[in-house]
Amino acid sequence: MALTGIEIYKLLPKTNCKECGFPTCLAFAMKVAAKAVEISLCPDLSEEAKQALEAAARPPIRLVTIGAGERKVEVGNEVVMFRHEKTFYHPPGLMFRVNDTAAPEEIAKLVEEVASYSVERVGMQLELDGFAIDNKSGDAAAFANCAELVESKTDLPLVLMSSDPACMSAALEKVATGKPLLYAANKDNSDKMVELALKYGCPLAVYASDGLSELAELTEKVSEGGVEDIVIDPGARDFAQSLTTLTQLRRLALRKSFRPLGYPIITFPGEAAASAEEEALLAGQQIAKYAGIIVLDRFSPSVAYPLLTLRLNIYIDPQKPIQMTPGVYQIGAPKETSPLCVTTNFSLTYFSVAGELESSAWASWLLVCDTEGLSVLTSWAAGKFDAEKIAKSVKEFDVAKNISHRSLVLLGKVAVLRGELEEELPDWKIMVGPLEAMDIGGYLKQHWTA
Amino acid sequence: MAAVEMPVEKWTGKVHEVRLGGEGRKSIVVGGETTLPFLHFEGSIPNRIAVAVEVQDQEPSDWATSLVSAWGDVLRDPGAWAKKAAEFGADIIVLRLRSAHPEERNTGAAEAKAAVDKVLSAVDLPVIVLGPEVAEKDNEVLVAASEVARGSRVALGNCMEKNYRTIAATAIADGHVVIAKTPIEINLAKQLNILISDIGVPVDAILMDPTTGALGYGLEYSYSMMERLHLAALQGDAMTAMPMVCTVGEEAWRQKEARVAEGVPASWGDHEQRSLLWEEFTAISLINSGADIVVLRHPKAVEVVKATIDRLMSQV
Repeated sequence: MALTGIEIYKLLPKTNCKECGFPTCLAFAMKVAAKAVEISLCPDLSEEAKQALEAAARPPIRLVTIGAGERKVEVGNEVVMFRHEKTFYHPPGLMFRVNDTAAPEEIAKLVEEVASYSVERVGMQLELDGFAIDNKSGDAAAFANCAELVESKTDLPLVLMSSDPACMSAALEKVATGKPLLYAANKDNSDKMVELALKYGCPLAVYASDGLSELAELTEKVSEGGVEDIVIDPGARDFAQSLTTLTQLRRLALRKSFRPLGYPIITFPGEAAASAEEEALLAGQQIAKYAGIIVLDRFSPSVAYPLLTLRLNIYIDPQKPIQMTPGVYQIGAPKETSPLCVTTNFSLTYFSVAGELESSAWASWLLVCDTEGLSVLTSWAAGKFDAEKIAKSVKEFDVAKNISHRSLVLLGKVAVLRGELEEELPDWKIMVGPLEAMDIGGYLKQHWTA
Repeated sequence: MAAVEMPVEKWTGKVHEVRLGGEGRKSIVVGGETTLPFLHFEGSIPNRIAVAVEVQDQEPSDWATSLVSAWGDVLRDPGAWAKKAAEFGADIIVLRLRSAHPEERNTGAAEAKAAVDKVLSAVDLPVIVLGPEVAEKDNEVLVAASEVARGSRVALGNCMEKNYRTIAATAIADGHVVIAKTPIEINLAKQLNILISDIGVPVDAILMDPTTGALGYGLEYSYSMMERLHLAALQGDAMTAMPMVCTVGEEAWRQKEARVAEGVPASWGDHEQRSLLWEEFTAISLINSGADIVVLRHPKAVEVVKATIDRLMSQV
């Protein structure tokens, strides 16, 4: 855990040499404790002190990278149990299982579908993260060929799934440069798996389903063998078991600083699921409750879209809602007679409204007011979206210069603002628009006459 | 090495238990948890999370076609609708008096009484009655509903900051439960619970609705707010310890992802499965953050969410 300023001071040379830019070692130590400067600014730090500081700075859950290149996935390094306490940092990787017993055309088709899947939400492109190649055949050549085939079709990260070191070795000969995650070391094969992980510089998953003590014992063995990038699988496969076990693992790492289990967790929600829906819902639970890598068995866009949306929801920093810059936005190519709509700068509100205006083919002006990233009703309730604020925005962004009319459409459930707004903007006609973004097109068609 | 010692939190608080129904009809108790959702190893979760099904007092004109076809003709009659909902496995029937909304048919006390009566005589399940969420109309129709439902211990919703007095008073007089609704804010939720308690509603007769955000539309706000409320309850704050109700179906099915089949990106996938998952993901996420009652719309979602609750309630 983090050291105090005094504890850091004790590790410093205490020469007050000022090389770090601070007048005394103590002053420097205080800044380091506050994370305002890096310890590396001290030129005379002893090896021993460096190690002590590094150990203290080591995150309670190790950050592990799967894959190489642009699309690599980084998981772990979480610091809280609940997102409201700070935020969740590293969204779990969503990977899809490919069986090496499947026909090559089938494999190629799945890889193509998953790798090219992309869906837009609040101005972001959401994508899936990789493939887990499962050595169902038990055959080394089949496994290696399958891995090679998948790798030839995508640069997304891979997980190699085999408990047979010979099969793992065969596949690694083909695809090791992509730094796949090796799944998994168990109590019978761990020495050989450690050897392979070290030889190819790959992260290694550790599996033990007979209790967390056994799992901890095995990770310690693996880590003593020299592998540090570890992902753990406690074997929890159902809803209740997964929730309990993953909660315990997160608590052990964060609350007890228990190093042997301070690693990201890999889950397989499809293994105990009877349907795609059930699998998706368990994956959803695991996104919120503590998984690092989620390997899915069934791909379809209608499952991928809600899963990616949920991941975005849960991993958004609660202190920083996605915001739009306040101002006047052009939707399509608006003319001076085009409608003027008003809304907040909560990104979701903006994209819902802009999307509807676009799809209903209404070129228009959209005035986005600064509500500190809050949605219409929330910001109204918090007093950040009122008549005064709207009137101020109308003037500040000189909305009138673009348009020949003086009509303004209020969107969302804030009809209550009309009266006050008419007082604030006496030259304007205030129109109360629809409650839901999706009804904007119909509303304008019926009511817009300017 | 030594066995790993499981960290167990010592909570001092408990979610209040609230009973609905009884006196000749089935009763259900919600709440009573002494730990976080489904952590059976450190506390007790004495009552199953309940699945309620929404019924309206008039045929919905704006429902997605997949919802309409899942229910069929019963949508025209709240009694038949409630009966079918019971067959689909509802633990509780939620009757939304939507026709009372001034922008709908602006119906009044008499129509409300008739609708409540229909539902109460059609099924023996516990009932929740929701007004149109317009303060004056809520007062009018919920007072009428309260009278008809005397003895059935229904929940009346919603008590909002502006109009909790009338509804709370009528609930006290007729022995009902109230739902306190606030807009996703922990202090507002607590404050309203205090106000309602102060005028004499006992804590075992208050449910709270901290406002539901659907998947992709503010789910994370509801999720975290509910975790905070639940944690505060477990830490001993009796005024955040009311069991939580989430109007999942209503919120999920308002969204374009659930409603619209045509003219959406191909990456949204099959409409039928996507729309169901939109409701189910919202439900399961909120159940995992502390919901005690989820109100659903689609019969298939009722089945799937109930099955998932069974899995979560089972001791590991």
